Amino acid sequence: MSAFLAIVKRDLTLALRRKNEVITAVFFFVVVAALFPLGIGPELNTLRLVAPGILWVGALLASMLSLGRMFAADHADGTLEQMALSPNSLSVLVAAKILAHWLLSGLPLVLLAPLLGLQFDLSTNALWILTLSLLLGTPLLSLIGAIGAALTLGVRGGDVLLSLLVLPLYVPALVFGAGAVEAEISGLGASAHLSILAAMGLVAAVFSPWASAASLRIALES
Amino acid sequence: MLSVSHLSCTRGDKRLFSDVSFTLAPGQWLHLEGDNGVGKTSLLRLVCGLSALEQGQIQWQNLSVVHNPEEFRANLAYLGHQLALKEDLTPLENLQADAAVAGRTVSVFEAMAALAQLGLRGREHLPVRVLSQGQKRRTALSRLALSHAKLWVLDEPFVALDGAAQNALSNVINQHLNQQGMVLLTSHQAVSLQGQGLSYRLSA
Repeated sequence: MSAFLAIVKRDLTLALRRKNEVITAVFFFVVVAALFPLGIGPELNTLRLVAPGILWVGALLASMLSLGRMFAADHADGTLEQMALSPNSLSVLVAAKILAHWLLSGLPLVLLAPLLGLQFDLSTNALWILTLSLLLGTPLLSLIGAIGAALTLGVRGGDVLLSLLVLPLYVPALVFGAGAVEAEISGLGASAHLSILAAMGLVAAVFSPWASAASLRIALES
Repeated sequence: MLSVSHLSCTRGDKRLFSDVSFTLAPGQWLHLEGDNGVGKTSLLRLVCGLSALEQGQIQWQNLSVVHNPEEFRANLAYLGHQLALKEDLTPLENLQADAAVAGRTVSVFEAMAALAQLGLRGREHLPVRVLSQGQKRRTALSRLALSHAKLWVLDEPFVALDGAAQNALSNVINQHLNQQGMVLLTSHQAVSLQGQGLSYRLSA
């Protein structure tokens, strides 16, 4: 457990010392979400209709921007070797890396989403559901992304490969995340969508650290 | 006790080495020699369990390492070519984070003492990125002074160190050997340490 916390703390400290990497992803999200209302025009009905999809796609791309870095620095400087040689299970240590990634690239998006949703004239209820869907959905993005980041570690041109690998796997999160907000707007209630999103998150939380750790061991062998 | 029997390693079509066997008892150190590219680093990574075994067996306290990896890793300290230092953290923060990953908690005083032992007094709070190459290596090596591991696997530990640092490192290793530790190291220089020293020459 202390190793888990030490890794979370180390990753957060490193991010604070090198803020630009975190800020870039967050600003990307803000800019993407701000460009659409400008491009589509001030037609409120249209904006309300496209808002959930746009905000979710923005969050998805922003969270993916920082995926490539999840293990790359640790691989380059040898920290990953030391993690693999730790008496603690590598899966637990990888789970700490994933948590740190979510705190740095997922949580800021969740907090910004209601503010950005205002540009699309979303109602208060819809804004709440949007935030809640992102709160449940962004950990899923980090968890799925970790498997992709571990599989493409050390591969030349890995960043593009990573997007091709991970984006299709993000589709269920996008469908149910954006679907939750749409369901709320249309008056159907979002609880079914949110439950499915939470269920997918729980399955990923069990499976992803284990799968990522297995791929990292393969990456370390070469 | 570490016992390694009949290890071999192939990279692509090329067989680097085969049938490597040795044992290391408490208080002993083994100097692994060989020309560049003969597979010294590969052998060390194989022993640590970073690469998968193709042939042969590695036993720690008479138990196979493959079947009891946790027990082995709890007793293993490995220092490779990559120093595993975070450039934006200070030496102190690096040591404390590393110790936590290795399953130990280290107080600030212990970490300061370890850094001082390798001549880094006054550098504890500088980011590692401003240190010189040799000072970075000293930081990485001061991890050993904090380690409770029985077996140290060191890849070229004496490289890029000045005379004083080489002496300091020798002292740290001697202390470990006196406490019935084991050391497996590679070096292109002559190594003189206390305790019983073995030497193994790796050839294709």
